[in-house]
Amino acid sequence: MKKSTTNVAFYTPYVMWLALFVIAPMVLIVYQSFFDISGHFTLANYQTYFQSGTYIMMTINSVWYAFLITFATLLISYPTAYLLHYAKHKQLWLLLIILPTWINLLLKAYAFIGIFSQDGGVNSFLGMFGIAPQQFLFTDFSFIFVAAYIEIPFMILPIFNAIEELPENLVNASQDLGAKGWQTFTKVVWPLTISGVKSGVQAVFIPSLSLFMLTRLIGGNRVITLGTAIEEHFLTTMNWGMGSTIGVVLIVAMFIIMFLTGERKKKGVRRHEA
Amino acid sequence: MSNIIVELKHVGKRYGDTQVLKDINIEIEQGKFYTLLGPSGSGKTTILRAIAGFLDVSEGEVLFDGKKINDVPANQRKVNTVFQDYALFPHLNVFDNVAFGLRLHRMSKETIQTKVTDALKMVRLQGYADREISELSGGQQQRVAIARAIVLEPQVLLLDEPLSALDAKLRKDMQYELRELQERLGITFLFVTHDQEEALALSDEIFVMNDGQVQQSGTPVDIYDEPVNHFVADFIGESNIIPGHMIKDFLVEFNGKQFECADAGMRPNEPVEVVLRPEDLDITAADAGKVNVEVDTQLFRGDYYEIVAYDQLQNEWLIHSTNPAKDGETVGLTFDPEDIHVMRLNESEEEFDARLETYEGD
Repeated sequence: MKKSTTNVAFYTPYVMWLALFVIAPMVLIVYQSFFDISGHFTLANYQTYFQSGTYIMMTINSVWYAFLITFATLLISYPTAYLLHYAKHKQLWLLLIILPTWINLLLKAYAFIGIFSQDGGVNSFLGMFGIAPQQFLFTDFSFIFVAAYIEIPFMILPIFNAIEELPENLVNASQDLGAKGWQTFTKVVWPLTISGVKSGVQAVFIPSLSLFMLTRLIGGNRVITLGTAIEEHFLTTMNWGMGSTIGVVLIVAMFIIMFLTGERKKKGVRRHEA
Repeated sequence: MSNIIVELKHVGKRYGDTQVLKDINIEIEQGKFYTLLGPSGSGKTTILRAIAGFLDVSEGEVLFDGKKINDVPANQRKVNTVFQDYALFPHLNVFDNVAFGLRLHRMSKETIQTKVTDALKMVRLQGYADREISELSGGQQQRVAIARAIVLEPQVLLLDEPLSALDAKLRKDMQYELRELQERLGITFLFVTHDQEEALALSDEIFVMNDGQVQQSGTPVDIYDEPVNHFVADFIGESNIIPGHMIKDFLVEFNGKQFECADAGMRPNEPVEVVLRPEDLDITAADAGKVNVEVDTQLFRGDYYEIVAYDQLQNEWLIHSTNPAKDGETVGLTFDPEDIHVMRLNESEEEFDARLETYEGD
């Protein structure tokens, strides 16, 4: 009896937090998505979303950019995590990778405005080789570059942990059975660290769907994502119903990603492909 | 000799300042069961890893079939390993684990199917092909690990303490199966263990390791009956080791008495150590034997009583007897001259063998 009361005391704060800041907002978003701008109950918001090409395009755009960002991040993070595993002083390197996440996102975005601007660091460096100033800011490239820069630590950490947990003997066993380096990688290391990649993809893809500050500061509003649309509806057009509808779409998208990248239990009996 | 398949010549291994292998010289012939026996940290697994190719030796040569393979990577060496923790691939089922090496060698589906089925039959796991590794017991995982290694038909199979994670009963069963498997396949087994009983039961030849050195090599009987030094005598089986003096050839003194023995070739009055195995000691009435001891404690071990007794000089005597003794009773101990084994202090294996040559064989 005593034990169960202390247990209640322990989980009450978290349950309250969960209820107030996770469940209640989600319920409110769903609720609001059924009201139009003048406060009447309606399904029109969803109708608008699915019938107007703009919103569908915007969704596809968001998914596409989120995919590009995730892919770029993964491309950089996996080899980094792999090398990190074999590096001396790996805790120090890890700290250096985590360090930028402690700095405010907005500060980092402003720093990149400076670096990428017409008279910024990159252009003055290119200028030394006689290359005329290039337009970096407000391009797709700079948007994906900065977004990837910000997300990389969140991809490296889960992959690094997965590689660390991989028993060294499995790599030895693979070599022992005759596998070359890349065969060991594709047949043993990659399949056994895919769980880390999946968590990394979850941690990067989902936030990338609704990036809006970077689209504005670095992408110069040329990249319009669902995040931008929500911001517009809540702050500019004041159409909270439509904003909430897009919010619902994002939530559904998140659940889909979670499902696709989640751990599914392996079936007991599998056919063997010889 | 052409049937030497693996040879280590003056092999050493250093990690920084610590020398884990010192001047290892080993010859391994085809088709025999070899064991590297020693306490943990004695360097036995290091030797195995050097042969498998998982580590580079600091000095010396590793030869396979007469060719130096120091710089040949692990994936090109014609040896396979059964790992201590099995190192089965958890994302593959039993069939795919066993087929792993075969697929790398680009064999046809039918060949792979036949070979895997045969290998699984060999380790008595037919019908388990579709199981996941996590669904198997420790003993079954052990068999999969063996099947995965032997399916590639290596000339030498390296086994790194493969039975250490199994319970006593299963371990005994697997010992029989391993020995039988080795005889059936006719390939060389190099087996690493810290369990001296296991080593004695399985091996054609044992290398006793300590401190990064081979202390003694030979057949189980040689090593048991004629340990070359204190370490080997103590590590292999139970033994009573008593300090003494060699009076002359075939006569040794210990406990203040002189005894006939079967050893020779030492300096007169040389200080030596005398080994008497507990099972060679027979209990008789007090004063009727060669030594009188007082029984201190005894343990019932199932097939024998382990009796601890002390002589007048407070030397401890360990006796294995089928009959119990009484605590506190004084009894006599008898033994034959052949039961006494005399060891010189700090004698190397070569010196020991050379000395044996001088008086044995007649």
